[in-house]
Amino acid sequence: MADAHNKEVDQVSGVETTGHEWDGLKELNNPLPRWWLYLFYVTIAWAVVYWILYPAWPLVTSYTTGVLGANQRMEAIAAYDQGIADRSEFADKIVATSLQDISADQDMLQFALANGQAAFGDNCAPCHGSGGTGAEGYPNLQDDTWLWGGTLDDIQTTLLHGIRTTNDDTRFGDMPAYGRDELLSKDEINQVSNFVASKAGLETDEGVDLAAGQTLYEDNCAACHGDNLEGIQEVGAPSLMSANYLYGKSLDAIKAQVTNPRNGVMPAWADRLDPATIKSLTVYVHSFGGGQ
Amino acid sequence: MVQGRKRPAIAGWKNGQIKGLCGDRAESCDIVPIRCDNLHSTFCLEGLYDPIDMNQRGSGKVVCMVVPSLAPCMDSKDWGAEMAQNKAKMISLEEGGFAIFLVVLAFVCLIVAGKTFDQVMAFHAGIGTLFAAVGVFFIFKNYFDDGGEPIPAEIDGKPNYNMGPVKFGTIAAVFWGLAGFTVGLVIALQLAWPALNFDLPWTNFGRLRPLHTSAVIFAFGGNVLLATSMYVVQRTSRARMPGRILPWFVILGYNAFIVIAGTGYLLGVTQSKEYAEPEWYADLWLTIVWVFYLFLFLGTLWKRKEPHIYVANWFYLAFIVTIAMLHITNNLTIPVSIYSTKSYIVWSGVQDAMVQWWYGHNAVGFFLTAGFLAIMYYFIPKQADRPVYSYRLSIVHFWALIFLYIWAGPHHLHYTALPQWASTLGATFSIILWMPSWGGMINGLMTLSGAWDKLRTDPVLRMMVVSVAFYGMSTFEGPLMSLRSVNSLSHYTDWTIGHVHSGALGWVGYISFGAIYCLVPWLWNKKQLYSLKLVNWHFWLSTLGIVLYITAMWVSGIMQGLMWRAYDSLGFLEYSFVETVEAMHPFYIIRALGGALFVIGAVIMAYNLWMTVRHGEAEEADAAPAGSLAPAE
Repeated sequence: MADAHNKEVDQVSGVETTGHEWDGLKELNNPLPRWWLYLFYVTIAWAVVYWILYPAWPLVTSYTTGVLGANQRMEAIAAYDQGIADRSEFADKIVATSLQDISADQDMLQFALANGQAAFGDNCAPCHGSGGTGAEGYPNLQDDTWLWGGTLDDIQTTLLHGIRTTNDDTRFGDMPAYGRDELLSKDEINQVSNFVASKAGLETDEGVDLAAGQTLYEDNCAACHGDNLEGIQEVGAPSLMSANYLYGKSLDAIKAQVTNPRNGVMPAWADRLDPATIKSLTVYVHSFGGGQ
Repeated sequence: MVQGRKRPAIAGWKNGQIKGLCGDRAESCDIVPIRCDNLHSTFCLEGLYDPIDMNQRGSGKVVCMVVPSLAPCMDSKDWGAEMAQNKAKMISLEEGGFAIFLVVLAFVCLIVAGKTFDQVMAFHAGIGTLFAAVGVFFIFKNYFDDGGEPIPAEIDGKPNYNMGPVKFGTIAAVFWGLAGFTVGLVIALQLAWPALNFDLPWTNFGRLRPLHTSAVIFAFGGNVLLATSMYVVQRTSRARMPGRILPWFVILGYNAFIVIAGTGYLLGVTQSKEYAEPEWYADLWLTIVWVFYLFLFLGTLWKRKEPHIYVANWFYLAFIVTIAMLHITNNLTIPVSIYSTKSYIVWSGVQDAMVQWWYGHNAVGFFLTAGFLAIMYYFIPKQADRPVYSYRLSIVHFWALIFLYIWAGPHHLHYTALPQWASTLGATFSIILWMPSWGGMINGLMTLSGAWDKLRTDPVLRMMVVSVAFYGMSTFEGPLMSLRSVNSLSHYTDWTIGHVHSGALGWVGYISFGAIYCLVPWLWNKKQLYSLKLVNWHFWLSTLGIVLYITAMWVSGIMQGLMWRAYDSLGFLEYSFVETVEAMHPFYIIRALGGALFVIGAVIMAYNLWMTVRHGEAEEADAAPAGSLAPAE
């Protein structure tokens, strides 16, 4: 393999080639573009300065810390603490004030609503919707129907301890699975469901014995849902006369819920959000218009 | 009677002429011996058949080839006895070795398929058995077809290039490209309209997204790299690739890996490392294929007839070597069982994150940059018919690029558990990397000096030049985004997606399209592409698509980042996450529209290439098309 260098001058550019050729391809012997080279040096110099200023190179058991003493972890903690401190004036006041009195102070109310809105968007909106209008299986927070009560204190209790969670003080209500656990026969479920539907103003099936349904209701359901289907908030049993059913208002939905009920879970926020934020959320949710 | 599949076999001897059987057709044609030596006889075939693929009708020109037999030189010899002697030749070490390996593999796969409790493993092991068995069949079929005669490396002093695997890789690239782009469009539409997930596990965004990224990077990009590297290294080394089975093993084995990986994603098999999702057995197979690829490439360089190694081959070699290192290190994993698809990575915590992004960033650096720069260094000067601008620049930017890229990974992990010093190093090396990256752009663009007018008439060249411009833009934007202060805004937003796609659609996509548009007429001996007008349509449609895509992502990404960090006057976050998602909806639709235009462009390309192969005008014999056998003297 003799290294034959057939240098020639490219006719177009007037630059000499290197004399190599591969499959008809040649290369010109142009120098490095000056601006390219100098910018390359500038970026290297910039990097060296950066290494001197900031933590950059690993050593055996430590690293070069940089002359600025920058430490992003400490900066992040400081920024977080600063954020907490900036809010503490109002946050401390909110913790110290009763829920009912928060709305009396305009500045405090404004702060609580802003805090509540931010917390609601990132924590509650995924289920309840960004406007709190809910969805099937997730309660609407704007209407007047409340499963566990819509007063400020009720809302705060629900927020703190959640519903059907592992929290010690959780709200707990358990709708029995009348169908799945064979507590009632299919016919009986049909009767009781039709009874409830008739009371709730829904269409019923033809020829169902509603009187038998009423007896079944009184024996099995009235203890929680009340003699007049009005519901009992202490056990989270919804009014069956209300305009909104959590899992759908229809005869089929009633049958489904009696047969194999869904018992939804709401997380307990006491361990995740600070007291001021929970109070703010309470006020914010209460302000939707459905609060009692 | 021997019936050659790739070369005409000699069937008879009559009146001073040999009657041959050409291709699979039982037709006879006249073969005229023109020269005999002790080992081979060279024949000229009156050009009925395409010299590369003997099953194709050729252009009617005279084509010469070597038939490894002495028979025509010996007028009175018993022809049948000669052929019988040929048939008795031993199978070569290479063929035998591969056959044994594949037989063992088939049995291992069969056992795994039979004993596994994992349905996906059974399916994949079944595919493995099938592939290995078919491989063994073809090795023996090939052996019995040609009597085990070695394929000459040269014919009449001209290299006898092996272009079959290149053709396969080119077709596979177009196929996987269409598939990968389409899946990309589907997931873009899913982001705009989530109902399109159809609530099915197989069509869920979470499974289709890795299918898209792997299909475009590894299936499309990988086949482009394999095909072009095999083409370029042969042509610029003036040497045939070593081995008869080896090149086919590499290209088919690689595509088998893609099938295993892709079906795995759809069936829910993943190790959840971005761009390294395939599980342990697919990784292991790719490692084997890749090592053989390295041997193949080095073997061709070793056999080269040129004193120097062309710059494109440096980049290809850097790509092959580094990808091997990255792939192995990032995929060090312990399978739960040989019968299970599941494995656990040996790295943990922040070390795992660092190894993953050291891999991830250098997949960009060495797969999508170094590999495609190699393509740029061959196809742009070739198509522009101009010398490379600066040899010196190519050397300096090559070494700078491969030395610096490997450090830049930590910039993917700013503001995480990664120590700040590592993050600083990653960012500063990314900044230093700016000029070495631009060296490739300068060399690509300046190569056109004196040939800029060709951009008006040659849409293929225009595509490649625009590709280099996108490369320059992405490699400027990348270092910028690697800075902590910029990254704190851009990270986790769609800006990153926009950045990646300006590089992926603009740079990698366009340089690949350009190379494929060059390769297809060369490989199939066509004068030119079926239609330059269609190339123009492809160019403008997809350029519009890219512009829509990246501007939509820039706007939505920066908006997203700013919304995330917006505080109200009381120090609370202004927007909830879901509000930022809602705000991006219109941009997701624009992005999907851009993607659709890109897909349409690719469909036009596929049609154009198909028509080129089927109906393109054949290359004149004396024009010495790349990849063909030499014409008769």
